[in-house]
Amino acid sequence: MQVDESPTFLQSLSIQRRVLHALLMRELVTRFGRENLGLLWVVGEPMLFTLGVATLWSLAGISHGGHLPVIAFAVTGYSSVLMWRNSATKCADGIRSNQNLLYHRAVQPIDVLLTRIALEVAGATGSFIILSSFFVFIDWMKPPVDPTQVLEGWLMLAWFGGSLALLLGGGCAFSDLVHRLWHPTAYLLFPLSGAAFMVDWLPAKFQQAVLLLPMVHGVELLRQGFFGAAVRTHYDIGYMASFCAVLTLSGLYVVREATRRIDF
Amino acid sequence: MLSLENVSKFYDTRWGRHRVLNHVSLRLERGENIGIVGRNGAGKSTMIRLIAGAERPTSGRIRRTMRVSWPLAFGGAFNTHLTGLDNLKFVARVYGVDYRPLIPFVEDFTELGEFFHEPVQHYSAGMMTRLAFALSMAIEFDCFLIDEALVVGDKRFHDRCHVELFEKRRNRAFILVTHDSNVIKLYCKRAAVLHEGRLLDFETVDAAYDFYEETLRVKPEVQE
Repeated sequence: MQVDESPTFLQSLSIQRRVLHALLMRELVTRFGRENLGLLWVVGEPMLFTLGVATLWSLAGISHGGHLPVIAFAVTGYSSVLMWRNSATKCADGIRSNQNLLYHRAVQPIDVLLTRIALEVAGATGSFIILSSFFVFIDWMKPPVDPTQVLEGWLMLAWFGGSLALLLGGGCAFSDLVHRLWHPTAYLLFPLSGAAFMVDWLPAKFQQAVLLLPMVHGVELLRQGFFGAAVRTHYDIGYMASFCAVLTLSGLYVVREATRRIDF
Repeated sequence: MLSLENVSKFYDTRWGRHRVLNHVSLRLERGENIGIVGRNGAGKSTMIRLIAGAERPTSGRIRRTMRVSWPLAFGGAFNTHLTGLDNLKFVARVYGVDYRPLIPFVEDFTELGEFFHEPVQHYSAGMMTRLAFALSMAIEFDCFLIDEALVVGDKRFHDRCHVELFEKRRNRAFILVTHDSNVIKLYCKRAAVLHEGRLLDFETVDAAYDFYEETLRVKPEVQE
């Protein structure tokens, strides 16, 4: 253990590493440990949802732009939503619910937020992989045409979710409104996020509007990777990356300011 | 060394900014100790949180060149869904030490028995305090922050705390904060009074004691 007066960069790095490790182990036990079936639900919940949506769509006879397989469409859509929404939601009250841990000086708000982001990204990724593999295995959907594009789209969605989570997590230290407003916002964003439609199906003027939302680009890229030439996609990863970069910087700034003004 | 240089702390309230600490300075070397008395609402716990590093001062500077503990026996830093053992693991990981050699001491001091492997939310208040104190002792610090912790608990716990803290670790520095000036008289070589946001230093513990007893007779100016 070092004395924490002006640690060097390498010391800081090692402190941060062990704090993140401690927080991660702690969250894993809290969430997935013991009585509740946490780990099962990471996959179980999106699976139920996906099956439900697929059933509804099949029953309603929605053709979905003609010929896209419903299951694959639902898996890619809902997994994407989980990816950007969960880290943000978990971080929106992340500092408050872990406030007492800050009594340990080495534990900083940024550590608490990074831990939650890492867990959510891992959880969503795990559920996406398991769910897709399962449906591919029972032949309800086909494996992706271009896994690299799928990975790119997925990573972009993770970046978006993570940077949004930092901003919301830090913002909550300034006002409870951030937390309260995030929930309705998330619900409103869900139908607009590209989870349940392809941009190409929309009239041109709606396309432009919906493409202002960064996550739409990620979902489109993901589906490009999944369906290949079967779909016409619209995305601009440069736009999404710039958006995420700005979001990340603002997020880091807000978290730093939040750290200064945390009151018990 | 631990030093507070011109530390002020404000809180935003509905009726404006409320000043809790007003240019507080303090210096404590290794092995030294100081008792700080103040009436309810004088800002004692705020000061402890600032020294612990849980909060930042609004202005001024806090420097630590020795390892300063978190507030001693402070149970709030627990995760109540975790067991006693899991909490020990967490604390050990945060402070970068191996938790395994610490288990016997914690088990022995807390006398939790099987409850050591139960979630903390099932603990009684006494069990929680014992665990909190044991965890604070399990990690090595040069300076302990004691926020009225020794007031709680039964006599047995009290005596064992005394042994661990004031006998086994009597060469360590500590800051003891309380509203009970008799405790200060018992344990501290130096004393200061936190009064209306200012930290007043006194030559002797007795002088601090007398001043504090005097302030208790007066109605406080600021109600919390």
